[in-house]
Amino acid sequence: MGKKFGIKEVVAMGIGTALFVVLTTVQIPIGIPNTALQVRAAVLAFMSAVYGPVVGGVIGFAGHALGDAVFYGGVWWSWVFPDALFGIVVGLFVKKFAITTGGFDKAKMILFNIVQVVGNALAWIVLAPVLDILIYAEAPGKVFLQGAGAFLGNIIIVGVLGTLIGAVYSKTGAKNSSLQKED
Amino acid sequence: MAKLLTYEEKDTAIHRLSGFTKMFFFLMWSLISMLTYDTRVLIVMIIISLISYKFSHTDWRQVATVFKLLCFFLSINIIAVFVIAPYEGCNIYGTRTDLFHIAGMYYMTAEQLFYEINIILKYVTIVPAVLIFIVTTNPSEFAASLNKLGVSYNISYAIAIALRYIPDVQDDYTKIKHAQEARGIEMSAKAKLKDRILNISAIIFPLVFSSMERIDVVSNAMELRGFGKHKKRTWYTGKQLTKADYAVIIFTTILSIAAMVITYYDGNRFYNPFILP
Amino acid sequence: MTPVIEFKNFTFKYRSQVEPTLRDINLSIYPGEKVLIVGPSGSGKSTLAHCINGLVPFSFPGDIQGSLLIGGKNPTDIGIFGVSKMVGTVLQDTDGQFIGLTVAEDIAFALENDCVSQEEMYEKVAKVAKEVEVDSLLDNAPGALSGGQKQRVSMAGVMVDDVDVLLFDEPLANLDPATGKRAIVLIDEIQKVRNATILIIEHRLEDALYKSVDRIILMNEGRIVSDSSVDEILSGSLLREHGIREPLYVAALRHAGCDILPETNPSHVDTLKIDVYKERVKKWYEEIHLPEKQPDTETALEIQKLNFAYVSKKPVLSDIHFQIKKGEMVSIVGKNGAGKTTLSNLICGFLKPDEGTILLNGSDIADKSIKERGEKIGLVMQNPNQMISKAMIYDEVALGLKVRGVQEEEIKERVYKVLKTCGLYEFRNWPISALSFGQKKRVTIASILVMNPDILILDEPTAGQDYRHYTEIMEFLRRINREQGITIMMITHDMHLMLEYTDRAIVISDGQLVADDTPANVLTNEAIADKAYLKKTSLYDLALKCDIASPSSFVERFIYYEREVERHG
Repeated sequence: MGKKFGIKEVVAMGIGTALFVVLTTVQIPIGIPNTALQVRAAVLAFMSAVYGPVVGGVIGFAGHALGDAVFYGGVWWSWVFPDALFGIVVGLFVKKFAITTGGFDKAKMILFNIVQVVGNALAWIVLAPVLDILIYAEAPGKVFLQGAGAFLGNIIIVGVLGTLIGAVYSKTGAKNSSLQKED
Repeated sequence: MAKLLTYEEKDTAIHRLSGFTKMFFFLMWSLISMLTYDTRVLIVMIIISLISYKFSHTDWRQVATVFKLLCFFLSINIIAVFVIAPYEGCNIYGTRTDLFHIAGMYYMTAEQLFYEINIILKYVTIVPAVLIFIVTTNPSEFAASLNKLGVSYNISYAIAIALRYIPDVQDDYTKIKHAQEARGIEMSAKAKLKDRILNISAIIFPLVFSSMERIDVVSNAMELRGFGKHKKRTWYTGKQLTKADYAVIIFTTILSIAAMVITYYDGNRFYNPFILP
Repeated sequence: MTPVIEFKNFTFKYRSQVEPTLRDINLSIYPGEKVLIVGPSGSGKSTLAHCINGLVPFSFPGDIQGSLLIGGKNPTDIGIFGVSKMVGTVLQDTDGQFIGLTVAEDIAFALENDCVSQEEMYEKVAKVAKEVEVDSLLDNAPGALSGGQKQRVSMAGVMVDDVDVLLFDEPLANLDPATGKRAIVLIDEIQKVRNATILIIEHRLEDALYKSVDRIILMNEGRIVSDSSVDEILSGSLLREHGIREPLYVAALRHAGCDILPETNPSHVDTLKIDVYKERVKKWYEEIHLPEKQPDTETALEIQKLNFAYVSKKPVLSDIHFQIKKGEMVSIVGKNGAGKTTLSNLICGFLKPDEGTILLNGSDIADKSIKERGEKIGLVMQNPNQMISKAMIYDEVALGLKVRGVQEEEIKERVYKVLKTCGLYEFRNWPISALSFGQKKRVTIASILVMNPDILILDEPTAGQDYRHYTEIMEFLRRINREQGITIMMITHDMHLMLEYTDRAIVISDGQLVADDTPANVLTNEAIADKAYLKKTSLYDLALKCDIASPSSFVERFIYYEREVERHG
């Protein structure tokens, strides 16, 4: 993994999971019934991009399972694993994003978005439908349509909100030596 | 904020079981309900779940909200299955028995009805297990149980931290939301999509950034108190397994094996009442 | 005796910074000593603490020159875990330090990490919990505890390791005065029972001195400026010069023109030998003439018979009623959890009252939405980081106007104007992250002021800030109060703040209104002060010692003197 796994990562997994769970019901409806933008997906992408694949994977997995359990009284594993996968994929590029060191510039944002689109595609167009078919023997047509919906929603919210969080957070870590007071 | 399912302290046989046992039961239950499509197995599992639910003395009001939500999502899901794949049941069971005509290409078939009932069963089997698990397992035992199941203590403790800070994060969320609403930021459905995302960012940014600060404080506090010093750690709340625990674990194991044998006895996971033996 | 902590020519520079944060520190602390460390923000006192508990250099790396020995050992050799066996730290943020899901688990945390067996843990936890009086709360979750109780749990959590040194980082910052007083008493008891070495970092000097300390160390700009007894430092002028607030009775003596002498025991008001000062203080008191009271203006906010409960039959507020006049500065005080925040939530419309009326400028606001109320009543949260959602100052301040669809031109004009008022104009194109905590606070106030509210409600406006920043923020609020006639309501448990800056204190205790009076009267009335978890001010004791018949008018004159004569003349 390259990155040292320390106490900070443990805490980030915990607090990140708490955030993910709390945001389970915070959704932005987009007019299509039963489909909404999952705000938590943007937070997952951000945490993964800052703390790496293990933290991202655990937040996606534990956050989704726990959130489902405490809000909906069930755990749908076929949708838990894709969130974990998404966290891992985004987290793999942690060093490239350089969010904490203030280097999250335009090129990095483009990379972040390529990674998140690929990650979402793997998670929601590949893994989720496959698991739905394997576990629930659902009809391929239905689950791929469903997966495509989730994919679209997630790339929008991660693309806009996830990129923004990364950009603003990266600025807070930036060097401020060039600032001058103005009259 | 929607109401969360939470642990409620009571003294029942199920509450007294160790968190490890309940987690084991819950995981096995999840696993079987995922693998099997055998109606007989599913029905037996639901009956067992309901009996244990009864034993846990869980009040209906504790779970009513989530149960209603669940029914709502489940109905949408099965309707969607029918709309998109009305003959999936026929594919699976290999026969077609029309019951009545609905409209256009849509006929209700016995196979589809049976298939969808099985989907409902599969989804529902897991529900009492989740409810019981959450309502009767002291969150304090959660981490110790995960660790006992073989999950590293780092990750186990991360889950404990999550459970510890969910109420705090939820409080923060409400506070921030209020303050931003007072500044005039509305979460109404009237605004354009772009504006809605920007409005929600007025809550999410402060929430995420104050959480990042919290990560720093908490990790310092943990470091100062020796977290991660050794390869192992002990748990104040870990429960010793009792006879009842062993009984449940053995029973769950036997049941799981039996369920798998019955399910795959005829070579596939479906129980097919449409082909006469 | 060998010192338990010994700095020799110690200099430390954080890796990310150009200048050293600590310079040339020479300091020895001996076993069983109780030492208070004071200094303004940025003086290096937190870094000094980090050096002692091992966070420097293990979590915050940097360059070290000179030497530091903890228990005779070099921290670099024994690692942070080795240091944590000797030094126990109680952090300022009690929520951050409380990691366990329950009290017992949190206390046991360090033992768990040391692989101590369960039986031994039960025993040790029970013992130490008793010592800090949380033994009846062992199964409670942190959410069910008060700030003071959480702090006790944090103490237990480090004491369970049998550490030699207890390090308290601003233990009073988040506590109401009465709870703070109890904390100081408890620390004192622990020291006596365990014969531990105690280090307290705190800028609330008067409260920290409630029980005696052996030495007081004053830091400024990374150096130790003074290392002396309390009596000595209170007799000199160093504290004032470095922006540390003196105890009020000492300030009063100085205003009266007294030369404070170490041999009169000025470290406590109780032990102070008053004879040499008495006549001067009396004379000074008699010479101050308070101005006539201003006639009342119109009512800005009126609360009538307000009742509220989250769960029926458990009222959080019952029959609250008061009026706030236009242009007043009022404090709402009471212990944590008394219902102060609920009150502001009701006024802002986040909660609906079960009964009662809230009148704004004479008209009922029951059917006004949160947004509509927000245009008239501005709420500033305690932690600016919980309000700020933009990267740039301009955007943050403009947010409220933008969402209300105000024209870009007008937004610019209003934002610039408010930035000038708040002294932030020259930073207008800066990222907020480049600002200090106090400046961030001003940004949040600016982002509310820009909407031209009639009333400003501030939740703990000065929490966790040193005297210099405290004064800066409060003077700023007073200025906008005077110049723009904005009515200001502050929720606080800072007694200095209510005394010095507000005309009236509304005291809430257990959901009931127990007093609506001048701060001077509230803080000289023992019964009310007790109910509100405040303390009687030391000015009261000084007045009694000087045989002044009306302590409350002594307090009033003192405040008047501080406000007008000191600052403006």
